[in-house]
Amino acid sequence: MPTDYAFPDSAAKAAAATEAPEFQTEKMSLAMGPSHPSTHGVLRLSLELDGEMVTKCDPVLGYLHRGDEKIAENMTYNQFVPYTDRLDYLAPLANNAAYAIAVEKLANLTVPPRCQAIRVITSEMARISAHLLGLGAYGIDVGAWSVFLYTFTEREKLYKLFEELTGARFTTSYSRIGGLARDVPEGWNANVDAFCDQFLPILEEILKLLTRNKIFMDRTIGVGVISKEDAISYGLTGPNLRGSGVDFDLRKAKPYSGYEQHDFDIPVGSKGDCYDRYLCRGEEMRQSVRIIKQAIKTFPGGDWYAKDAVRIFAPRKDKVLTSMEELINNFMIVTEGPQMPAGEVYFEAENPKGALGFFIVSKGGGVPYRMKIRGPSFCNLSILPKVCQGNLVSDVVSILGSLDFVMGECDR
Amino acid sequence: MTAPADVFAAVQSQFPAVTARPTLDHPSINVPVGDVVAVLTHLRDVQSMDFLVDVTAVDWGVEATPRFSVVWHLLSTTKNNYVRVVAACGSDTEPVAPTISHLWAGANWHERETFDLLGVRFEGHPDLRRILMWDGYPHHPLRKDFPLAGIDTPLPDLEVGELTKATAAPAPMMGGPFVASVGEMNMTDAEPSAKDESWSERSNKPATL
Repeated sequence: MPTDYAFPDSAAKAAAATEAPEFQTEKMSLAMGPSHPSTHGVLRLSLELDGEMVTKCDPVLGYLHRGDEKIAENMTYNQFVPYTDRLDYLAPLANNAAYAIAVEKLANLTVPPRCQAIRVITSEMARISAHLLGLGAYGIDVGAWSVFLYTFTEREKLYKLFEELTGARFTTSYSRIGGLARDVPEGWNANVDAFCDQFLPILEEILKLLTRNKIFMDRTIGVGVISKEDAISYGLTGPNLRGSGVDFDLRKAKPYSGYEQHDFDIPVGSKGDCYDRYLCRGEEMRQSVRIIKQAIKTFPGGDWYAKDAVRIFAPRKDKVLTSMEELINNFMIVTEGPQMPAGEVYFEAENPKGALGFFIVSKGGGVPYRMKIRGPSFCNLSILPKVCQGNLVSDVVSILGSLDFVMGECDR
Repeated sequence: MTAPADVFAAVQSQFPAVTARPTLDHPSINVPVGDVVAVLTHLRDVQSMDFLVDVTAVDWGVEATPRFSVVWHLLSTTKNNYVRVVAACGSDTEPVAPTISHLWAGANWHERETFDLLGVRFEGHPDLRRILMWDGYPHHPLRKDFPLAGIDTPLPDLEVGELTKATAAPAPMMGGPFVASVGEMNMTDAEPSAKDESWSERSNKPATL
């Protein structure tokens, strides 16, 4: 048996040891995806198999490539907000906030505390929603059906809150450069607080379905181990990086939007296997609830958009219809876009899947000259060829689910 | 945390050809394309910038010289600071930059993407294939001379293309997004219109598309 690859899985190791040379067959190539249920979207894995063992894994991307970066070069900063919904389409509110903060950094604009608090609350709600979907889908991948039903019941409640806030359940487009689309409606914070209170016991119930589940543990513990060094070398971010034992979270390391005022912990794994990544996500949801409750408790009054940024944030509608100056301003911002200085900025935010980054090159005016989007899922998937090699095909399903990627931001 | 000037000073003392680059946020340095691997190795090993965040490139326009710049973003997971490294590629038609996939494994895909979308060739890359567009796609879509509408190209599967006579046809963004041009004298020209002028209501489809 040519052993130019390692077998981390014990069953695979045993099979390799007992296999007599005369039973060795030709390697088989298998296309997994782009419509395989465990590839969560349109990822295709071109696998080379020796029996049940993966000897080579070549991910094929691009099925969802829409050219978002090219599109961004052809429209104003505000016109691009709806496109950010469709990056990580499981957490559009977090994408909206990350993009707005990146452009505000270019404009050297600080938004008022109320706006920051709303962005923190919505980002953390998006995190819970994204992790719930990831968890439910992961459960199905490894054979635990009921988790999905529980998590989707909770997501439905979150979607109802998103709808109350933004008018849309899914594609929220909530941020504007220098503020938000609108202030929080009356009583919304109380609704979110009530959701958090009832969610915590249900979260424990959901996690209880998996954490000590014998089948789940067998399928995840010791599978898809990513070392600390590999995690950094491959540019993994988010729970995948922390699952490997790297204590790095942009909310702590480079606080933005007022995260430094909140008290929360960063869960870190020890082994870097699929189970650790699952545990990190579970704990992150508990921490998100903590952050939301703090942000609601200290919810600031005052403005919810940068009032002094008259060339960036479009004036209120009632003013536009009654005052000449506001009317002109509104027209300029809508047609020419928010006016930005020339320069280069890079900003990344800790999104549910990892660090979502925007590198903006501006030559002034209302349209970016170049915008590069760093999709965390793209970097997280780049480790697949390494981590899948030597595993069984069924473990590939387990690894894919634990990496919790979304093709919208991977292919952009 | 290292102050912006410190990173630059430390790098410059080792590599005199490195210059500071105007930036609105993190420290940013211009590096001659030949020194890139040495500078990035220095940043990784001496300055503990251990995390490669991103590799990308910028096309400064068809007339610009140098036309292409490759941009690397590094992050230190211990000191929590970023640095941006920019290198202008020598050739404007066949831009080339050295690969750093031996320093960071994650650079492999970033460089494939940059090659795919902007046509920057990374010398020494182990497997420089397209990653987002399909194999055999003839263009580099993020270049400034590539129209937003796209260019008529054969389908990825040539057999299907032959049978159906279908192609990957351009799709002009008629009806939006509209952006006004700033600073134009003529009111008609300044009016909001689709930014990509290569094919819109006012200009017909070019023969090259």
